Amino acid sequence: MELKMIFNFIFGRKRQHKTAVGALSDLQVGQRAIVRELKLDVPVAEHLMNLGFVPGLEVSVERSGPGGDPRVYRVEGTEVALRRELSRHIHVSLVGVPAFGD
Amino acid sequence: MTCHAVARPEDASINTSVRTVAVIGPPNSGKTTLYNRLTGLRQKVGNFPGVTVEHHLGTVRTIDGEEVALIDLPGIYSLNPKAEDERVAVDVLQGKMAGMPRPDAVIVVLNSNNLHTHLVLAARVIALGLPTLVLLNMADELHKQNGAVNVLALARELKTPVALVSAVTGEGLEAVSNFLSSASWAPEPLELPVMGSTRSVREWAVRVGESASYRRPATPVWTKRLDNIFLHRIWGPVIFGVVVVAVFQMIFLAGKPLQDILQSGLDATGAWVGAMLPEGMLRSLVINGVWKGTGSVLVFLPQILLLFFVIGILEDSGYLARAAVIADRTMSRVGLNGKSFIPLLSAYACAVPAIMATRTIENKRDRIATILIAPFMTCSARLPVYTMVIAAFIPERALLGPFLSSRAAAMLGLYVLGFLMAVITARLLKSTILRSKDAPFILEMPPYRWPRPASLGLRLVDRGKAFLYRAGTVILLVSILLWTATNFPLHNGQPPDIQDSLVASVGHAIEPVIRPLGFDWKIGVGLITSLAAREVIIATLGTINGIDAAVNSFDLQTALHHELTLPAAVALLVFFAFAMQCMSTLAVVRRETNSWKWPMVQFAYMTVVAYVAAYAAYHIAAHLIH
Repeated sequence: MELKMIFNFIFGRKRQHKTAVGALSDLQVGQRAIVRELKLDVPVAEHLMNLGFVPGLEVSVERSGPGGDPRVYRVEGTEVALRRELSRHIHVSLVGVPAFGD
Repeated sequence: MTCHAVARPEDASINTSVRTVAVIGPPNSGKTTLYNRLTGLRQKVGNFPGVTVEHHLGTVRTIDGEEVALIDLPGIYSLNPKAEDERVAVDVLQGKMAGMPRPDAVIVVLNSNNLHTHLVLAARVIALGLPTLVLLNMADELHKQNGAVNVLALARELKTPVALVSAVTGEGLEAVSNFLSSASWAPEPLELPVMGSTRSVREWAVRVGESASYRRPATPVWTKRLDNIFLHRIWGPVIFGVVVVAVFQMIFLAGKPLQDILQSGLDATGAWVGAMLPEGMLRSLVINGVWKGTGSVLVFLPQILLLFFVIGILEDSGYLARAAVIADRTMSRVGLNGKSFIPLLSAYACAVPAIMATRTIENKRDRIATILIAPFMTCSARLPVYTMVIAAFIPERALLGPFLSSRAAAMLGLYVLGFLMAVITARLLKSTILRSKDAPFILEMPPYRWPRPASLGLRLVDRGKAFLYRAGTVILLVSILLWTATNFPLHNGQPPDIQDSLVASVGHAIEPVIRPLGFDWKIGVGLITSLAAREVIIATLGTINGIDAAVNSFDLQTALHHELTLPAAVALLVFFAFAMQCMSTLAVVRRETNSWKWPMVQFAYMTVVAYVAAYAAYHIAAHLIH
């Protein structure tokens, strides 16, 4: 437990802005991010893009379903429920994280 | 309302002298509401040849009094020819759909609350070069939530007429009449810089939105508040449970009495008609063949309408999407998603409305999988058979004090058996022929809205008609075949006793096949006649044994003991738990999948499963007794 805290203290913050790009599934409820890449098969990626998951647009985690999966995401005017198995393939970069590193 | 302008529901062709206009739009754009507002009851459902995609054909009268045919295309986001429903839309718009002329013009319905996303479809459609009217729907919500768009600027950008409308309030709909009656539908070449990837079209859409000073409306505050409750960690599942129980109770408790009332009404009418016909073959055909056959379809109507009423409210209010999110975790364990939950639940009342309810599942493979497993759920038609056989063979004994008797346990066991087989089949299907790795769970969450009685009503009429037309014709045919088999060959000009009839010969013919299950030819006849509806086996066995089943079920139970040993009775129960003994279900599956392939596969699969399981049950039971 303590070791984990120390580990997080040393590496946690650093890791956060070094890898500002992460999976959509790693965001907390209420966090926002910019869609970067959809690492998915073309038809699925197309479908998601038609719903608004287009690289460059802002996505936010609106809420989590009971049990934590699926979660509801919002892009512009559209709210979409996605399972973790899908959202972990959507790469995003965080917004609202102070970028002192760069 | 004139009928010559629209085709019969069975075929998709339209009178070519009438101008046709296609209506297209993404899901959740309010396209259906708008279409219903324009055409009202002047519309018919049809399937495009060879695909499961359905369309509506309706007529609308322009100000000049000219009739224009409106084709309602499936709700789609794009015109990607790889997806079945999108390919259908492309084919229709390009005039490649058999039996359907190329539309003279297109109306694109978009949700004005979500303009950027929906403009992608508009761009693709406009690029096809047909005269196009772009409707920005849900203007009422846009105004209320402080959104705005400059329609003229947007029209300039798109080089095509644009109107801000509300299908609910009727705002701006005169634009549609103007467009439909405009004589100058000269297709002009459009040069939109929008071909290419979805991403580039989407970027173009944002630029177009900016030049039209588009301001996206705020999310309705009620949607957030209600989601805080309906998707709450604790309250969400609790409310879901209450809704589920309410739906189930409604179909079971309200649907069954309505069905019984209708049944007695039909019986009375049948008797009344029968009294007017001379005694003989004709009367028998009309009453026992045609009337009973039609009646066996009609009695499902109350349940279907009830279920669609409830599902319509759940769907239109936006709750169905939330229910799917809540059920998804559990359903994902069997390889299905949350959207299959409500249809499967209603299959406990009756598989027929359940299969029709699968239309809320957009993913084709998940939908087929749900259709294929729904008849394993213990429907209400199995109950009379279960009750009869259990009462005849299983002695009443307390198993868990006052809580569980041996008979209740047997009944419960049969429910569990059906459910387990459904789960196994689902897993099997989803890991083999219906694997849908390429179509995962992606569910758009619409805002909460008040369901509108008019669109609920139209959908009920639509579903009811579809069921009666399509399922009805198949069932009528099968009923007449069954009637013929029980009334021929003639014996001295009279129909034979059932043991000398054609159906008895078939019973004898299949006896070697069913003997390993402990069944004789009489049960075989029952199995054949119960294809009409499961509970018919009771009446059939009654007839064969010369007992009026309705009058004396005690005697029939005694008679059953002559027919069946205890292991054979167990086998019969297991057979009924798994077998597809219901032509109404088959007819509906045929209708919903628009092919004979799936009902055939389903019938074959369920019969094989039932046979093997009944065989196993017979031998296990026999082994346990000795």
